[in-house]
Amino acid sequence: MSDVYVLGIDMIKFGRYPNKTVPQLGAEAVNMALDDAGVTMSDIEGLYCGNFYQASGMVGQRILQEVGQSGIPVVNVANACATGATAFREAWMAVKAGVCDIVLAVGVEQMGKGMLGSTGGKKGISKEGLLGSASMPATFAAIGQEHASKHGTTYEQFAKVSVKNHKNSTMNPKAMYQKEASLDEVMSSEMIAYPNTKLMCSVNVDGAAAAVLVSESKAKELGMTRAVRVAASALASDPYQSRNPTLADINACTRLAAKTAYDMAGISADDLDLVELHDCFATAELVHYENLGLCQEGEAGRLIDEGETELGGRIPVNVSGGLLSKGHPIGATGIANIYEVCTHLRGEAGERQVENARYGLAHVIGLGTSCGIHILEKPL
Amino acid sequence: MSNSSDQAEILPVVSFLKIPDVGEPYLEGLRCTECGAVFTKPQKHCASCFSRDSLQPFKLGNSGKLHTYSIVHRSFPGIKVPFISAYVDLDGGGTISGNLIKVEPTPEAIEFNMPVNVVFDDALGRKDRQGNSYLSYFFEPA
Repeated sequence: MSDVYVLGIDMIKFGRYPNKTVPQLGAEAVNMALDDAGVTMSDIEGLYCGNFYQASGMVGQRILQEVGQSGIPVVNVANACATGATAFREAWMAVKAGVCDIVLAVGVEQMGKGMLGSTGGKKGISKEGLLGSASMPATFAAIGQEHASKHGTTYEQFAKVSVKNHKNSTMNPKAMYQKEASLDEVMSSEMIAYPNTKLMCSVNVDGAAAAVLVSESKAKELGMTRAVRVAASALASDPYQSRNPTLADINACTRLAAKTAYDMAGISADDLDLVELHDCFATAELVHYENLGLCQEGEAGRLIDEGETELGGRIPVNVSGGLLSKGHPIGATGIANIYEVCTHLRGEAGERQVENARYGLAHVIGLGTSCGIHILEKPL
Repeated sequence: MSNSSDQAEILPVVSFLKIPDVGEPYLEGLRCTECGAVFTKPQKHCASCFSRDSLQPFKLGNSGKLHTYSIVHRSFPGIKVPFISAYVDLDGGGTISGNLIKVEPTPEAIEFNMPVNVVFDDALGRKDRQGNSYLSYFFEPA
């Protein structure tokens, strides 16, 4: 089977675009990715579109109405916060299987402000604040506290994740915010769900990201100079765990996808030069250090304390600013994380460039549960 | 004597809370006869060992240990905060979530693995559109 390459990839600046539609945002990213690849819509053989909140709205076809209705097959996917990675993976599979030589993957979302979720169904009474909390900040806080119980991880260590990622975002012009936050500011911002303060929760923003994926022969034909190889694509659902789904499981699911991805790429976590992982809340970033094998069990707190995941550290994590500061438009996030990794592998990340990056990993996970992991490689 | 539709009922807050005609309310789980996995939501087949029609109802324990928690300071509109959102591993199997009460909502007052009891009480006065009251469960330090 052919290797698959990312020939073009880009994202719009994440922000709030109340005067634009979802297809318009998606179309912007598509055109940017096409330009980046040096191809046009007439070259494209298939479109894989990820969007969560309009999952029944045929968003992919509506994007084509903006950029060119060539009649190509369109697949619309929704997979919670793994939506973008799922669209990318479907595109990868089409090329990997030899069905297509050049396809598009796009992820796009328009988010409301405020906290995700609701007070429950229409029947009976609300269970929120009665049978605990199903809010995202509280759920991920409990997941972090599980780590604290096992390993003694502290509130301050969780907070340091937010300090790091906000600092990184000052070097990313496409991040929603480019503003540093001190440890004191993070810890004294409004407590949402202990141990997650407001600055330890990701930002709900609008965004879109798109990629052009091609076969090896197509990459050679069109020019390999900036092509990035997809060394692994893995998608996992949550394997049985006794507490899940009462306590959502992001650990076993990430570990399963990570193992598949490392095996496929033929590398280990030690070979990675950078990681973009799903820091929907500061607590999540630390548990994923161990889930992705970036350190031994129980060492995540030490990793953040010793700066190993800072830019310039042993294994930089979320140099884009992460979901915490770059923003988290659900369907776009997966491809935006891949964009960040590709940008470093291409040596085009400017001030935040991870030097001599050869391998990078992009991870997202959506509750319910779905984990998508891609490992990208700079061709030698 | 019930005077038809005006008569409000006391209903269980979740399907696995059982209110018998005689005796105390209790929580009911399902245990797989093949692998022993425990479930608290209604289902037919075992998600752990994939056995079919292997789940048998049993009374869940009324005591357990605090596995993890979050102290919720901001929730959805109309929900009173702060409260402790707790996940409890029940003695005898099963994990359920609920409010941990009679403990200060501060990290200093909460210990991981602290023993708790399951207690039953009115669902904080919440009623549905038909005016029905609900019976809920809560966790208290043992």
